[in-house]
Amino acid sequence: MDVASGSASGDLAASLTLAYPEMLMAIGAMALLMLGVFRGNSSTRLVAWGSVAILLMAAILVLAQPNGRFVGFGDGFVVDPFAKFGKVLVYLGSAVAVIMSLGFLRSQKIERFEFPLLILFATLGMSMMVSANDLIFLYMGIELQSLALYVLAAFNRNSLRSTEAGLKYFVLGALSSGLLLYGCSLIYGFTGTTNFDVLRHVIVPGEMGLGVIFGLVFLCAGLAFKVSAVPFHMWTPDVYEGSPTPVTALFSGAPKIAAMLLFVRVLMGPFLGQDGTVVPEWQQIIIVISILSMTVGAFAAIGQTNIKRLMAYSSIGHMGYILVGVAAGTVGGVASVLIYLMIYLAMTLGVFACILSMRRKEGMVEHIEELAGLSRNQPLMAMALLVLLFSLAGMPPLAGFAAKFFVFRAAIQAELYGLAIIGLLASVVGAYYYVRIVKIMYFDEPAEPFEQPMSKSMRMVLVTSTLFILFYLVFANPLLRMTEYVAKSLFL
Amino acid sequence: MILQAIAFYVFSTVLVGAAFMVIAARNPVHSVLFLILAFFSAAGLFVLLGAEFIAMILVVVYVGAVAVLFLFVVMMLDIDFVELRRGFLQYLPTGVVIGLIILGELLLVAGIAIVTPETAGLAAHPIPSVATRTNTGALGDILYTNYIFLFQAAGIILLIAMIGAIVLTLRSREGVKKQNISDQVNRRREDGVEKVTVRPGQGI
Repeated sequence: MDVASGSASGDLAASLTLAYPEMLMAIGAMALLMLGVFRGNSSTRLVAWGSVAILLMAAILVLAQPNGRFVGFGDGFVVDPFAKFGKVLVYLGSAVAVIMSLGFLRSQKIERFEFPLLILFATLGMSMMVSANDLIFLYMGIELQSLALYVLAAFNRNSLRSTEAGLKYFVLGALSSGLLLYGCSLIYGFTGTTNFDVLRHVIVPGEMGLGVIFGLVFLCAGLAFKVSAVPFHMWTPDVYEGSPTPVTALFSGAPKIAAMLLFVRVLMGPFLGQDGTVVPEWQQIIIVISILSMTVGAFAAIGQTNIKRLMAYSSIGHMGYILVGVAAGTVGGVASVLIYLMIYLAMTLGVFACILSMRRKEGMVEHIEELAGLSRNQPLMAMALLVLLFSLAGMPPLAGFAAKFFVFRAAIQAELYGLAIIGLLASVVGAYYYVRIVKIMYFDEPAEPFEQPMSKSMRMVLVTSTLFILFYLVFANPLLRMTEYVAKSLFL
Repeated sequence: MILQAIAFYVFSTVLVGAAFMVIAARNPVHSVLFLILAFFSAAGLFVLLGAEFIAMILVVVYVGAVAVLFLFVVMMLDIDFVELRRGFLQYLPTGVVIGLIILGELLLVAGIAIVTPETAGLAAHPIPSVATRTNTGALGDILYTNYIFLFQAAGIILLIAMIGAIVLTLRSREGVKKQNISDQVNRRREDGVEKVTVRPGQGI
C-alpha cells in the first residue's frame, strides 16, 4: 500500500490540521463547561449527550484524516494509522462509559455536570498519549489523563471508599509519574533528545549505555503502572472497588488501551533495532511483568467475592496476555495486541453493563452471590453475561479465544515458547473463576431479582458487545487485515 | 561599564546582606520583608546579565505570590518564632554541611559549562544572541510554535485541577441564610404579618 508521510514541524498551520480532533474536544469540553456552569446540575444529561456527540465527531475527524504518517508540533505529535486506530477505540470506550454513567449518577444522587466533562478531558489526555512522539508529549498526555481520572475516582465524595480510592490512586499515580519522569530525564540526559524519531537513530540496540537502560527501566515501570501490570498493580483492586461503578467501567477500558498503545509505541519506536529486531534489554522486562500479571491475575481472582474487585484482577490478567504480544516485538505481535485490545474493550464494557444493572430497591449490589438465579429472573441478561464470561475465559468460538490465539501465536513465532506455555496455563486457571460466576448464575439457589427492566442504554451496550463477541469470527478477516496494516505503520 | 560594575556590587551587597538578615532578624515579618528585598536584588542581577525574562518572573512569581504567601502564613499562624529559634546554633553544623554540598554541586554545574562549552551547542533550540532577539521573544518563538500544543495542554491540566478542586470540595450547605435582595424587595406585608382575631379571655 502506498503510504504518504510528512513532517509539518516548521509549519504551524499544517501542524494544527493534525490536531483537529483534539482541538474539537478541548473547545467542545470548554463550551459544555460553560453550559454546565450557567445551567447548573440539571443540565447533566445535556452535557453528557453533548460529550458523547463530541467524542463521536472527534472519531469521525480522526477517520477523515489522510492515511500515512504525519508529524507536527516540532515532530512531537504523530498521526499514523496506529494512532488513528487507538484514538477511535479510546473515544468509543469513553463515549460508552459516559452513556452507561447516566442512570447510575442519578440513582446515587451524584448527578453533576462535571462528570462527563472530566471523562472528556481524560479522553483528550489519552488522545495525546496515543499520538505522542516525544517524551514531553508522553508525559503531558499521561498527566492530563490521570489528573481527570483521580478526580473521577473520588467523585462520590459522600462515600468513604470512593474518597479513599481517589486518594490512593492519586498518591500512587504521583509516585509512578515520578518514576516515569526520572526515566525520561535519564534517557534525555544520556541521549540528548526527547524525540522518538531521533532517539531511534541515537540508540544503538543491543549495546545501550547503562544510563539509557536505567531510563528505559524506569519508563517501563511508570507505564506498567498505568496499564496495571504486576508488580505495579497494587492500586487496581482497591481503586476499582472504591470508585463509582461507571468510573470503574471507564478505568478498565479507555485508559488501559491508551496506556498500552503508548507502551507499544515507546518500545517499538525508539527502542527497536534498526532492522526491526527485538531488543533483549526490554524484552526480558516485558516477559517478566507479563508472566507475573498473568499468574497474579489468575490466582488472586479466585478468592474474590466482590465483582468489581474480580474485574480488577481479570483486567490485570488480560494486560498480562496483551504483554505477551508486546514481548514478541514483531508486526504480528503488535497486530495481536490491537486485536486483543479491541475485543477486550467490547468484553469489559458488556460485563460492566451487566454490573451496572445489578440494582435492587435498596441500591446497587456488588457481590457475586447476588447473581444467583439470574438465569431464571432475567434469562436474556444471564445468557449475554454467559457469552461475555466464556469469552473472557477464552473459549472458542468466541472473540476472547481469537484474541488469546493471536497473542500466543505471535509469541510462538517469536520463539518465546515458555511465555506461551505459562500464558496457556494461566488462562486455564483463569477460566475457573469466570465459569464459577456462570455456575452461580445458573445453578445456585435464586436470590432476590434485580430491578427490571434494564435501562435502554445498558441493553444497547450489552447487546452490541455480546453480538460482537458472538459473531466475531464472521468479520474476523477484515479486522485482522486492518490490524496488520495498522501494526505495519508502526514499523515504517 | 563602570556603571554596570557599580550596579553589580550594589545589588550583590544588598542581596547578601538581605539574605543574612532573613535568618538573623528577630521578627519573622521582617524576615519575609528582607526576603522580598533579596528577591528584588537578585532580579536586578539577572537584568544585568541580560536575562530580563527571568528577572520579571522572579519578581512576579516570588515576590508577587510566594513571598505574599509567606507573609500570610507568618501573620495568620500563631507560631512562636523566638521559641523555634532557640536551638539555632545547634543546627548550624548540619546547615553548614548542606550549604557546602549545594556549593559543590553549583561548582560542578558551572565547571561543566566552563570545561566543555560545546555542550550548549547540543541543545535542540540554540539560544539566539541577545543582541538580535530579546530572550522573552526567543522563548515565545518556540513556546508558541513547536510547543503550542504542550502549552495549551498544560493550561487544560490547570483547568482540570480547578474543576477537580471545585467538584471535590464545594458543598452547598443547607440552612445557611443568605441575603437575596430581590426576595427582600418582593416581600409583602402579608408574608410577615398575620392578623389574628383573639377572643376575649382565651389568648392565642
